Amino acid sequence: MPDVQPLVSDFVLKLKRRKVEGSHAVARQTAELLRSVVSQHRMGNTNQAAALADAIRAVGEHLIAANPIELAVGNIVRRVLHIIKEEDISSTAVGIEGLSVTAVSDDEYDSGNDDRPTLSAAVLASHARNTLRAPSLQTLLDDIPVSTALSHSASSAGDSDGKTGDKSLKTRKLKHDVIAAIGDLIEEIDTCYDQISEQAVELIHQNEVILTLGRSRTVKEFLYAAKEKKRSFRVFVAEGAPRYQGHVLAKELVEKGVQTTVITDSAVFAMISRVNMVIVGAHAIMANGGVIAPIGMNMVALAAQRHAVPFVVVAGSHKLCPLYPHNPEVLLNELKSPSDLLDFGEFSNCMNFSTQDGTPLLDVVNPTFDYVPPKLVSLFVTDSGGHSPSYIYRLISEYYSADDLGVRRMSSS
Amino acid sequence: MSQKKSRGGASAGDDADELSRSPLQAVLLADSFTLKFRPITLERPKVLLPLVNVPMIDYTLSWLETSGVEEVFVFCCAHAQQVKEHLQDAGWTGKPAAREMAVKTVESHDAISAGDALRVMYGRGVINGDFILISGDTISNMSLKDALQEHKDRRKKDPLAVMTMIIKQSKPSVLTQQTRLGNDEIVMAIAPETKELLYYEDRADASHLCVTIDKDILASNPTLQLHNNMEDCYIDICSPEVLSLFTDNFDYQHLRRHFVKGLLVDDIMGYKIYTHEIHSSYAARVDNFRSYDTVSKDIIQRWTYPMVPDVLSFGNCHEMKLHRQGIYKAADVTLSHSAHIGANSVIGNGTNIGEQCKVSNSVIGEGCSIGKNVLIHGSYIWDNVIIEDGCKVSNSLVCDDVHLRAGAVVEPGCILSFKIKVGKNVVVPAYSKVSLLEKPSNEDSDEELEYADTNSAVTDSPPFSSMRNNADHPTVESEDEDLGASETGTSGVLGYIWASGDTGTQEEWRQSIAPIPKEKLQELQHAIAVDDADGSEEDLNNRLREADHDNDSEISVVEDDDYTKFEKEVEETFQRALDGVHQDNLILEINALRLSYSLQHADCAGAVFYSIMRSALVAAQSTTESLLKATADALTKWRDLLRNYTKTVDEEMEILLKFEEMCQDITKEFSALFSKILPYLYDKELVSEDAILRWAEEKANADESDKVFVKQSDAFIQWLKEAEEEEDEDEEE
Repeated sequence: MPDVQPLVSDFVLKLKRRKVEGSHAVARQTAELLRSVVSQHRMGNTNQAAALADAIRAVGEHLIAANPIELAVGNIVRRVLHIIKEEDISSTAVGIEGLSVTAVSDDEYDSGNDDRPTLSAAVLASHARNTLRAPSLQTLLDDIPVSTALSHSASSAGDSDGKTGDKSLKTRKLKHDVIAAIGDLIEEIDTCYDQISEQAVELIHQNEVILTLGRSRTVKEFLYAAKEKKRSFRVFVAEGAPRYQGHVLAKELVEKGVQTTVITDSAVFAMISRVNMVIVGAHAIMANGGVIAPIGMNMVALAAQRHAVPFVVVAGSHKLCPLYPHNPEVLLNELKSPSDLLDFGEFSNCMNFSTQDGTPLLDVVNPTFDYVPPKLVSLFVTDSGGHSPSYIYRLISEYYSADDLGVRRMSSS
Repeated sequence: MSQKKSRGGASAGDDADELSRSPLQAVLLADSFTLKFRPITLERPKVLLPLVNVPMIDYTLSWLETSGVEEVFVFCCAHAQQVKEHLQDAGWTGKPAAREMAVKTVESHDAISAGDALRVMYGRGVINGDFILISGDTISNMSLKDALQEHKDRRKKDPLAVMTMIIKQSKPSVLTQQTRLGNDEIVMAIAPETKELLYYEDRADASHLCVTIDKDILASNPTLQLHNNMEDCYIDICSPEVLSLFTDNFDYQHLRRHFVKGLLVDDIMGYKIYTHEIHSSYAARVDNFRSYDTVSKDIIQRWTYPMVPDVLSFGNCHEMKLHRQGIYKAADVTLSHSAHIGANSVIGNGTNIGEQCKVSNSVIGEGCSIGKNVLIHGSYIWDNVIIEDGCKVSNSLVCDDVHLRAGAVVEPGCILSFKIKVGKNVVVPAYSKVSLLEKPSNEDSDEELEYADTNSAVTDSPPFSSMRNNADHPTVESEDEDLGASETGTSGVLGYIWASGDTGTQEEWRQSIAPIPKEKLQELQHAIAVDDADGSEEDLNNRLREADHDNDSEISVVEDDDYTKFEKEVEETFQRALDGVHQDNLILEINALRLSYSLQHADCAGAVFYSIMRSALVAAQSTTESLLKATADALTKWRDLLRNYTKTVDEEMEILLKFEEMCQDITKEFSALFSKILPYLYDKELVSEDAILRWAEEKANADESDKVFVKQSDAFIQWLKEAEEEEDEDEEE
């Protein structure tokens, strides 16, 4: 652990200072950091998975606190916790099958399930799968009532000799598997653009008019992909005040030969009737299917709904957040410096507190994000395909395990 | 990501540049070398004072770290131990592995100015490349990259460009002629193409709206921009030569007043200073209580993002959450249901606020407990303060561990230093500064130096048997006595109330936390209106006339009230004469004054006459008879002195004009007596009849209002005329 401490504090500092911004960069760097945490972690003899998970939680807590607005950090931490759990269970299951011994000490299990008896490998494996899965009717039916007939004493001391060698091998295997799985996760984050872009041709049709707001890399790649497949379409880019990232996107699109029109944000409603589809990026997708997106998005979504234009959100799976927007832990917005909007020098005399009665008369609010409720979203396009907002909770239960939702709470208990 | 990339790219590009090979260093002065934050700075160094609940130096250091500075030398002087301890606690020093930026402290107890500090730094020989010179009370979020690059590029072309100064646009208030940070407006002349600084004046005489610029500057620069809307951020990028310059010129003390002005004036060495203007980012220095207030509000309004309470949490500070309307609350705050927190407020961790409280535009620190019905407006309450029920605090600064008992009222502009206790229902009058420590008597106010008072870090409170007040604050004292009788035990204010002697009441409202009172603003507004009405043309003429007199190299727009100043000094000299200085010496002194102000003999006559009349006025009782008598006495006594200056008719005329002017404006008491004093002057041969007659003639064509006094003394003038005619006739006969 001490070896990774400088790395962690360095990344925490970067997050705090807002030097790393944007879900993709944050997600990738978090995953890389956690991979090095895992690889530096010294595995104990007992309870390895739990110890590893605790180590990840301890680091994750710091990272999340450093910049709560970057929900991707929390997402990746939870994904890694989920990976550890999954790998642990599968290795246990493999171990049982390989040994075909009935006695397995319970310490490989989640610490919470102490009283679980040793069972046959098959039962165990199915049970393990169930613990990972969110409770559903299917799993309830699958669940075999387990008898507590076999007592702990069955795991006698006699087999300890045979296990030691195996254990070290297993230890290495768990760690190795987790690292490999995190590697897969990083690759997934890297390739999410390609995965999403593949679906572009199915969604963008010939001679369509697309509207987007601001600049999202996912949207850009999506449109590029459609263009490469010889689709001809037209894009309206709302400039995305106050940062005007839309201007950058327009430039990039024109370079690729896409017919582009730049409009002001306030012209969105006027233009929406000519638009066939709205395609936008997101900052995070919440568990209820709501979207946290750059400022102005709610207005675009409402305009789209008013004119029955499909509102499509493209986002990589690292943006899937297992929390609900009403959760007090979720910081939905961040207010940036007013200097994006106003020039300080020009307005400095409005903020001369000596000649007013001491209360600032001029307030400038510069929020970063908007919340778009799920009912305004027509479709989510993630790297695993298109989903409707009501399906998001299901998607989330595939990526995360339910008891990891509160990273902080778990570590404190 | 993009930021990171660009940073990486920049440093890669720089590698070719030899200058950038040395790590970027910074010198942080953890002492302001001023007395502006007295009495608080007697007990705690200024850089450790919390600004929105975070010590100022943490803002500065974290900005330096963000801007890629690799090594910081923190120069400690007063309270060096406290600064060091803080740096250790906050994790800036001690853990080199965890941080990219190394923080080292340099301690020196005999430095009494920024100049001394830099000379010590030079002596250490640790600075070996370009460095950033900053004071520990500067808040910024600017990116140094561009400014640094500009500085380096310039250095390559011209090794004499030793310094780049960061400036920022900010309009000064038209009324008060000071910036929003409470400083006087700065006048800078900048060459628009090269951004070279040509002229810098931070103490411009705002009341006369004129500056003096060397003609050479105008001659050598085809274009030049004069700014009065620039704020000096006090962030300088310096070359190592700066340190040696300070060592060579051992009398440089102040960075701006001595060093910058010195370099600008000195054309032998030819060193140049350039400016870099920042637009969207923020930088400001907390220099006085007014700027403390302003910068706090800027932080709350997020101009300093990401240096805002909810984003930038330092090691030992608790997390803050931003709510609507700019309300920041820490996690563990106990708020009564009926308490009302208004906009732009910050409530620190562990603070307890009682029922029916109203808090607005204020910052409340950690661990405070605030009772019921308390009103807090525009104030800065630091940590562990206890405010009992029904108190009222407005526009004031309340330091750690202060205790306000029930019903206490703190009026605007107060400073309550550490551990002050205010009794029940006591009213602390506006603009008072209260401290447990006595005001040092050996103050030397013009140098503005902070004493390295090693004993002043008192942690345990000295024993107080009773309340102690300086005699010059009778208001509090009397109130205390009243209360002392009615209340049990508790009384008054425990601590010394500092007299606002050295800065003067004039300055008090300019640089306090409280907004400028309405009356003052009206006064100022009125003054400006008057200025505009009569000032413009007459002033201009005056100036032109006086400029003609000036034959030296300055294109001088001489301040139009040189004469008033002169008059004042003459009066002061005269006052001393009344106390027994010999008359000859007096004449010598007045002559010297005349030469130093380069005025005419006639001006002297007027001034001396004025002084005499003033002395008469002071001596006299309120009745007109006594005034007449006093005037007669004074004129008799000082006749010889005045005769010295009334050698020609012109000078006598001057006396008459002066007398008339006095009667009209300054000393109206004389106006009734004009016609009586005039013959007296004639009798004493102070003014000849020629002068009087010429005066009357001159006035014949003037306005009606000007002729009042001529008319008043019409009889006398007639008599004089007749006498003259008679004389003429006599001669003819």
